[in-house]
Amino acid sequence: MAKPCLYEKYIWEVPVRVSHWLNFFSIIILSVTGIFIGAARTVALEPSQFVMGWVRFVHFVTAYVFSVSVLARIYWMFMGNKYAGWREFLPFLYRDGRRDMLEALKYYTFIGRKVPNPAGHNAMAGTAYLAVFLLYLVMMATGFALYAEHATGSFLHRLTGWQFVLFSNQGIRLTHHLVMWLLIGFAIHHIYSAWLMDVKERGGVMSSIFSGYKAVKAKE
Amino acid sequence: MGKKGDENRNGPAQQHLDLSRMLAERGVTRRDFMKFCTAMSAALALPVTFAPKIARALDEVQRPTLVWLEFQDCAGNTEALLRAANPTVAEIVLDILSVDYHETIMAAAGHQAEEALAKVVREQKGKYIAVVEGSIPLKDGGVYCCVGGRTAVDIAREVCGNAFATITAGTCAAYGGIPAAAPNPTGAVGVKAAVPGATVINLPGCPLNADNLTATIVHFLVFGKLPATDSHGRPLFAYGKRIHDNCERRPHFDAGQYVEKWGDTGHRKGHCLYRMGCKGPETWHNCPSQKYNDKTGWPIGAGHGCVGCSEPQFWDTMTPFYRRLPQVPGFGIETTADKIGLGLASATALAFAAHGVISAFRHGDESEGAKED
Ligand code: HEM
Ligand code: SF4
Repeated sequence: MAKPCLYEKYIWEVPVRVSHWLNFFSIIILSVTGIFIGAARTVALEPSQFVMGWVRFVHFVTAYVFSVSVLARIYWMFMGNKYAGWREFLPFLYRDGRRDMLEALKYYTFIGRKVPNPAGHNAMAGTAYLAVFLLYLVMMATGFALYAEHATGSFLHRLTGWQFVLFSNQGIRLTHHLVMWLLIGFAIHHIYSAWLMDVKERGGVMSSIFSGYKAVKAKE
Repeated sequence: MGKKGDENRNGPAQQHLDLSRMLAERGVTRRDFMKFCTAMSAALALPVTFAPKIARALDEVQRPTLVWLEFQDCAGNTEALLRAANPTVAEIVLDILSVDYHETIMAAAGHQAEEALAKVVREQKGKYIAVVEGSIPLKDGGVYCCVGGRTAVDIAREVCGNAFATITAGTCAAYGGIPAAAPNPTGAVGVKAAVPGATVINLPGCPLNADNLTATIVHFLVFGKLPATDSHGRPLFAYGKRIHDNCERRPHFDAGQYVEKWGDTGHRKGHCLYRMGCKGPETWHNCPSQKYNDKTGWPIGAGHGCVGCSEPQFWDTMTPFYRRLPQVPGFGIETTADKIGLGLASATALAFAAHGVISAFRHGDESEGAKED
């Protein structure tokens, strides 16, 4: 049997890649500044300095960048190609997706030897990204609620105020803080899986998020 | 408060009072009175130009009746009021009110006292002001707090339900406060929760700031209506700003200068108490500007972080008082959110490292490019 031809297929469109890297850099900046906000140390010699002020300023500006990026990516779930589409994140809703999830799970737990290798996300990865997108939304909701506290009665405060009725103020802070650690945990898993799949699938996942192209077998 | 003129004993609900005469009798100069009116316009977050208006309104004031109920409380708010910073003028303004019932300070006792209360409710329905101090227990039919053989909730329904408005003095009356802290053995709640139909204005705080009570009453006397409130039913003039945003230590917060240990150099220099668990960033109250005890001090000014006493359920949600974040449910007291987070991140890293080692030695599972679809 002749080996099927490999060709470079365009998978990740520009908005997908731009939003991926914006998220990457924002989450790093938000985590570093967030950890400082959460566990502040004395770093200033003079009260006229503005270290915490700047750290919080960077956190808030980055927060806006991050939020726009996440919302744009959600928009693209409905406007982009099928690899960017919302169905990729909900494989458990349809039969093929459930089968793919099981296969991927078998591979990850060393039960199966068949590497998943779809052109887009594998079904387990898609599910994980659903969880991550939900965590992003939690960060945005809690973050903007905390942010709006300095302006009682403002538009933003009224927009996010429902959270204070449902949860305590401190509970919102704690959530904002703990979810950061969940995202850090995700980042570790994400980089590892990307490396693993790069090695095993040999489809060039790692480079695909820069270039947009993956090596795909032509159908015979 | 205390002494009331004779004319109000049987008189109708509203009467003209000659404030100037009362002030003169008490040896308060017109100048002191104007100073008080200016202070009140400041407390109400009104421009100074309102001071003469307040003075005029107080001069011509009609006298509303006030009853003060105490339920599950420590009488701390009564204390705060009796020790009010501007006793001469504030006291007289409160004297304008006909305080017909106040367990701590009234002379009457027993059935005679209860009759005074019943009379107010009967004869001045919808006109008098009720002030409530202390929480109301609802568990087991409300038996945990009874006055004169009646449960607190029963009294509150009648007295607050028929009042023009109810002012809750302190966090217990507003939201249940300390008696409502978990596990809340008596099923304590605040007035609005016990009597949902009542018009309630909340003045939480532990204790409330007597200036805010005086200002609320002055607002009512001057404008004939209650001040605008936030979503927790608190007047915006007193609870519209966050402590953190008005705090005198805020420059140290923005600079990055924190107290790291009680009594360290930073503490002695008056640095920000954020790291020591100050809840100023989640508490709305005018303590930084209004202060307590003749405006001489307030907790953060004295070197202790804010504990968030004017927020609903503060005893449960603001603890631990000396930690910034609450305890994570299911973990030990000493386990902070960051310890849990670090543990989680390290465990993830370890698990995937192990997975990676196994994968690296595993062969025959490679594929050649993705399948087209
Ligand atoms: C991946 C995203 C994010 C991460 C990892 C992150 C991380 C953190 C952390 C760890 C804290 C300290 C919490 C504490 O201990 O009190 C914090 C505080 C905060 N974050 Fe975020 N954050 C993120 C997104 C956002 C967003 C989208 C906003 C929206 C404006 C936001 C606004 C805030 C605010 C207002 C605070 C409190 C600042 C203060 O009290 O001075 N964050 N963040
Ligand atoms: S002492 Fe408390 S309220 Fe004041 S600036 Fe520091 S954290 Fe904010």
